[in-house]
Amino acid sequence: MNNIAKNYLDIRYMDTLASGDTFLHRLDPRAKLITTLLFIVAVVSFDKYTISAFVPFFLYPIVLISIGGLPAGYLLKKVIQVSPFAVLIGIFNPIMDREIISHIGTIGISGGWISFLSILIRFLLTISGALILIALTGFNAVCLALSRLGVPRAFVVQLLFFYRYIFVLVDEAEKMEMARSLRSFNSRSMRFRVYISIIGHLLLRSFNRAERIYLAMRCRGFDGNIRLIRNLKAGWKDFTFVVGWTLLFAAFRMNNIPIKLGEIVMEAFK
Amino acid sequence: MSHHIVEASDLHYIYPDGTVGLNGVSFLITHGESVALVGENGAGKSTLLLHMNGYLIASQGKMRVGDYLVSPTSLNTVRRSIGMVFQNSDDQLFMPTVFEDVAFGPMNLGLEKEELERKAMEALETVGAVHLKNRPPYRLSQGEKRAVAIASVLAMSPDILVMDEPSSSLDPMSRRRLITLLKTFHHTKIIATHDLDMAMDLCERTIVLHKGRVTADGPTMKIFQEDGLLHESRLERPLSMQGCPVCGVPAPGKEDL
Repeated sequence: MNNIAKNYLDIRYMDTLASGDTFLHRLDPRAKLITTLLFIVAVVSFDKYTISAFVPFFLYPIVLISIGGLPAGYLLKKVIQVSPFAVLIGIFNPIMDREIISHIGTIGISGGWISFLSILIRFLLTISGALILIALTGFNAVCLALSRLGVPRAFVVQLLFFYRYIFVLVDEAEKMEMARSLRSFNSRSMRFRVYISIIGHLLLRSFNRAERIYLAMRCRGFDGNIRLIRNLKAGWKDFTFVVGWTLLFAAFRMNNIPIKLGEIVMEAFK
Repeated sequence: MSHHIVEASDLHYIYPDGTVGLNGVSFLITHGESVALVGENGAGKSTLLLHMNGYLIASQGKMRVGDYLVSPTSLNTVRRSIGMVFQNSDDQLFMPTVFEDVAFGPMNLGLEKEELERKAMEALETVGAVHLKNRPPYRLSQGEKRAVAIASVLAMSPDILVMDEPSSSLDPMSRRRLITLLKTFHHTKIIATHDLDMAMDLCERTIVLHKGRVTADGPTMKIFQEDGLLHESRLERPLSMQGCPVCGVPAPGKEDL
């Protein structure tokens, strides 16, 4: 099985996870979406040198992964796979910002390194939050929640189709890559012309396939509106979920809990 | 007029690149008939099927499904009458679980939750796929995918079943199971296929297409014995009518069939 095929099945595994039946899976998608958005807003709202204040925020993914029965290793692998983006964003900070603002023992740490680390932690928290949302809710239900929360329908439908067609693209790419590798005798090198040709064919084949899928959807009554079997009914459990986490995020945001705990411990040992 | 009737009158269709898809196709398929559409690649079979569900609209001529003329204004009604099973089941299955996929059509018809679930379960029971209901479609075998694709269409209670190469990429056992399943349906069935043995098993009538025209329309057994017609349409007798080249048993004659 080639890498594309492996990654394909790997992405689709999120759908399998979303079909679980835990308390968190049964929560209203809107509750989980709002909570995730609040979590992300809280995490990104800190100043660029913050590190210790992020520690309590790890409670959110840990609790959700535990109660939702999600595979932590799989999610971590997904976060690591997209981490080069975060590295790319922050890698120049140590070069641009060389002012020493902290010390570990006698070693001075520049603001650039601290802000780089801060970016990586934010990235870890926000991406894991988003992945957990998809794994507990399913992409279609997230789109439905977005729609019910007033996000323009055109945007939501685009998202829905993007998610559907990304599999089409990967599927076609997988077949073409297999055909190429079977005739290139395990050679990993791909000449530029072959590469360009594959991209062009991939685009055309994806168009055709996407058209057939759209036709299949239209034949079964799809009219651009997203419908799910599950009715969206928010109850007290959903309300409690949102309010509980919101209060916690607010507390974590307004108080640097690790620093405060450290102060209390230091006070006790004085 | 019955809801189960499909009538084409002098259909013409030319693709934007100038390829002639249909060139004056006419036929009448009545209530409860099982009809095979056969012909070489590019003969116009899929083009014709796409006219039945209104994906393509004829440049000349008329297509009528039940009481409705297929036109942009009647598409919703026509698509409720015609259930189309696509050649590649992967094109048809896109929801996270089998059950949600089967329920997709009824959901779009606006059915209430209980009714919708009942319909989906009934359709899954009909094709023997209840045990797959919580599985993601992409993890199924080709035979299972085909069964689920048929269930996804049956859940919409169509009057007419239209299938494009339903036996392609199925192993012999899955193919046999599919034929047995299709035999139990009382819908009007229109099956575009290259599998002439399956056509012989399922369809009492066959329409032969060649270069966008109907070159023959009649009883399946009679058509499959017309070697000249089959040769002209780039087809050949079904294997079960070819006799045995090894032991020398001759092909069955008209009197044998």
